Amino acid sequence: MESCLKVKVGAVLLPGDVFTFIKTDTISLTESLKEEKIICGPGLQRNGDDVVVCKSGVLRHKNPNLYWVDSQQRRYVPVKGESVIGIVTTKSGDVFKVDVGGSEQASLSYLAFEGATKRNRPNVQVGDLVYAQFLIANKDMEPELVCIDSSGRANGLGVFGAGGLLFKGSLGLVRRLLMPQNEILKDLEKLYPCELVLGMNGRLWVRAATVQKTLIVANLLESSENMSAQQRRTLFKRVADGNL
Amino acid sequence: MEVCSSDGFNVTLREFGCEQCLLSRPDGSSSFIQGDTSVLAAVYGPAEVKVSKEIYDRATLEVVIQTKVGLPSVKERSQEQCVRETCEASLLSSLHPRSSLTLILQVLHDDGSLLSCFLNAACMAFMDAGLPMSCLFCGVTCAIARDGQVITDPTATQEKESRALLTFAIDSTEQKVLMSSTKGSFSVHELQECIAISQMASEKIFQFYRESVQRRYSKTL
Repeated sequence: MESCLKVKVGAVLLPGDVFTFIKTDTISLTESLKEEKIICGPGLQRNGDDVVVCKSGVLRHKNPNLYWVDSQQRRYVPVKGESVIGIVTTKSGDVFKVDVGGSEQASLSYLAFEGATKRNRPNVQVGDLVYAQFLIANKDMEPELVCIDSSGRANGLGVFGAGGLLFKGSLGLVRRLLMPQNEILKDLEKLYPCELVLGMNGRLWVRAATVQKTLIVANLLESSENMSAQQRRTLFKRVADGNL
Repeated sequence: MEVCSSDGFNVTLREFGCEQCLLSRPDGSSSFIQGDTSVLAAVYGPAEVKVSKEIYDRATLEVVIQTKVGLPSVKERSQEQCVRETCEASLLSSLHPRSSLTLILQVLHDDGSLLSCFLNAACMAFMDAGLPMSCLFCGVTCAIARDGQVITDPTATQEKESRALLTFAIDSTEQKVLMSSTKGSFSVHELQECIAISQMASEKIFQFYRESVQRRYSKTL
């Protein structure tokens, strides 16, 4: 049953492609019936007994039974548990409204910061950048962000951003940069020491020692999305030699 | 654009060209070329929607058609209606309630079969934007000449000399007609013939979609 999906791993699929799971009418007397479970990730929708592809992209597989369609997208849709960079737009009463690039603004309660109480309010102004995690994110409700984890500690979340540059890339670029041991970040480490914040909504924030170095790192990251590994290495080498 | 004989349908279409992700600001964009007719499409969404236009359980789709010269008129409004109904049938808009999806189609050059070029460009742009769709759709235009012969994908001169012009939107899963827009006089038998020819032509177009998307993803594989 899973074999019809396994065959297509790595192939490009289009919306409307269907995977039918054939139910065998004959029951084998020697083998026992095994229940197979398949987890459908983004891009795959269950339609009764079939799995239908709803986005165009490459079919990927992770053991033991997770399948999803890897598509190149620019627009972010909030998903629970993802960490994003948001921009505070309004302060109304006890709640901040944060723009995360989705179809509506997310709400961030002022109590959702480390060490915040009703008397001790966090120092957040309109226009600040926050690195927060989605607590609630589904299509029916307003998305809600928090800047603490389940134990009440900040753990890297919160307000940041003095002196750096925020720019936008595609969602695929951020996912590639967040993969462990990826080559782009390894090459970047050898270049300049810099601070990097990556939001899963396609927003990247960079800060290096000087303004010029910050701009160079931002441009390198933006252009490395469309380059092959070889072209990227030659570009990084040119920058390292100071010829850019 | 070629004439097909009535016994064996041999459907020939003009040369296609397509490019995705060519504009930097929209969430999805594509350009579709059929012969000399060329259309640019841009999709924004799912984005914020005005409270007066929001629908509680679906996304609000808005289509805007810009001609090369002049202001949009009633003809563009009716073409927008046709494109919107087709797109709403194939997009899974219930996955993005209270959001807006905007599709903007710009005519770069019009040499016949414009409505089907709009539909093809729209489908490629939706795929580029990553919007969830239940099926693909394509547009095919047929012109019935004065002597009764059926011409697929007509040029502007062939359209002017024809006695009827029919455009169909066909879906990819069951080859059913999603939308039809017709002009002129024709018999029921001719209508059935044109639908059959369009369904055959749509297979070629879907094959072309598949090849373009494969080419696009082959760079990152």
